[in-house]
Amino acid sequence: MTTNKNASAKDGSSERFYEQTWDLQYKHALGRTVSRFLDGLAEGKIWGRRTTDGRVLVPARSYDDLTHEETGEWVEVANNGVIEMSTVVYEAFNGLPKPPYALAYVMLEGADTALVGYVKGLDLSVQSVAIEAVKIGSRVHVCFAKTPTGTAADYWFELDATS
Amino acid sequence: MINVGIIGFGQSRFQTKRTDVTFPELVKEGADLALADAGITIKDVDAVVYPLAPDALIGVGNGERWVIDALGATGKPFMRVNNGGATGMSAVLTAWTHVASGLFDVVLVAGADRVSESGSAQSVLNKMWDVGYERTIPLNTITMLALSAQRYMHLYDSDETDMALVTVKNRKHASLNPYAHLRTPITVEEVLASRTLAWPIKLGDACPASTGAAGVVLVSERYAQRNNLKPAWIRGIGQNSETYWMGARVGAKSQGDHADADALAHAFDIAYKQAGITDPVNQIDVAEIYAPFSSVELHVIEAAHLAKKGKSPEGLRNGKFTLGGSGPVVNPSGGTQCTNPIAVTGTIRVGEAANQVLGRTGAHQVPNARVAIASAIGGDHQFYSTMVLCSDLEEIS
Repeated sequence: MTTNKNASAKDGSSERFYEQTWDLQYKHALGRTVSRFLDGLAEGKIWGRRTTDGRVLVPARSYDDLTHEETGEWVEVANNGVIEMSTVVYEAFNGLPKPPYALAYVMLEGADTALVGYVKGLDLSVQSVAIEAVKIGSRVHVCFAKTPTGTAADYWFELDATS
Repeated sequence: MINVGIIGFGQSRFQTKRTDVTFPELVKEGADLALADAGITIKDVDAVVYPLAPDALIGVGNGERWVIDALGATGKPFMRVNNGGATGMSAVLTAWTHVASGLFDVVLVAGADRVSESGSAQSVLNKMWDVGYERTIPLNTITMLALSAQRYMHLYDSDETDMALVTVKNRKHASLNPYAHLRTPITVEEVLASRTLAWPIKLGDACPASTGAAGVVLVSERYAQRNNLKPAWIRGIGQNSETYWMGARVGAKSQGDHADADALAHAFDIAYKQAGITDPVNQIDVAEIYAPFSSVELHVIEAAHLAKKGKSPEGLRNGKFTLGGSGPVVNPSGGTQCTNPIAVTGTIRVGEAANQVLGRTGAHQVPNARVAIASAIGGDHQFYSTMVLCSDLEEIS
């Protein structure tokens, strides 16, 4: 449904504007491979798929982006790993969550590609402290939602406790 | 293949908003400016290629339908091209193919964008991520490049000051270019003090959302000879693509690192080989390379082989890549960082490079420029276009 209205320019000129909203609803089929990965989140598991040359793609993909060949065996990777890249977002974007929030790509043990997710459970109010906490090489573990939704929102990362 | 040259380049004076024209009227401005600069009319044009990035940015589905008359393309062969941020240059490469094949003698590429009208460009751009795995994470074109910038700093012991040096250079250049959007000079301190968008990218590292139009006219060598024209000759073109998955660009078994632009380097190698460029630093006079954020320019300079990996900050600190400095000048127009009308940003790179080798840019002219390069990047560092332009068809030595 769209909302339409005409409005005159504020300065009294003859330029007019037309306002509209795109409000489209989609129901995307996620297929068998993605669906099985999402099912795994409810069991506290992160699944990858092994390529013909032995790499483990995480999250699980049915084909290999490098060789164009189908992947085969399902491989459960560890729930802990290392931040490969991260950012802390302080700017608000329309339609996206309220900042601040931290995002990271994490290489889980046993995986050959990194998994993206929120890094939660840390104080982001002081930028210098936040970016140091999520720097490349920081160790994190996967956390899972107690009430799964069947989407990728069912997992996130938290920093390992420093010993 | 038939030699192809550029005989006209037109562009608007870019700004945040334009309320004096409709979107098709803005597109017509780009077509009219390009045709006038070429000294021809739409009657001389054999085919039209139209660059337009995501429809949602202009709020009209299949925008090519809306602008067909504005382009003067009715009754002519027509194509719309969309390759994300590379759209404006991919359209020029499409036009090049049209002419190089011998099928057409004169091809117009023209378009426009008004990014700010959507009010939420990053919300639109967030929709380019995987619906199953990534859409619950608020990725956008700023965060994807913040990730790359963090890895670059980590791998090459670089810092935010290095990024600020890029902004300072580009703003200085843009202050000389009457068509650029952000034309106010800025200091390193001001960039570092600007607010964080997605660390390490700050407002001072970011491009604006620009409104305006641009176009170029490409012609065959036989047309140029018949009409006594002196085009900027396209001496080499390159294209390459990179995997969808950002997470596949890290780790021991990755093909390239998200810190770098190795796939773009390959596209430059292809264009350089065609053009006979063997020593880029000494053979290239000017580079108009697509880099919407300061951090991106660092690794694109390196992908173009104008500096070794991790060494572009050192060059900047030594005054290289700047108008008046020694060696190739990078983005004398101020570049994408100062003007980003998404659909035609790549078209502007080519047009500025063409004008440089013809000695007709004005205050931001690189003295005696003969060889220029242009490049563009689309998607999440996925679609790469490169070009070498020269003022003549003699050997580049």
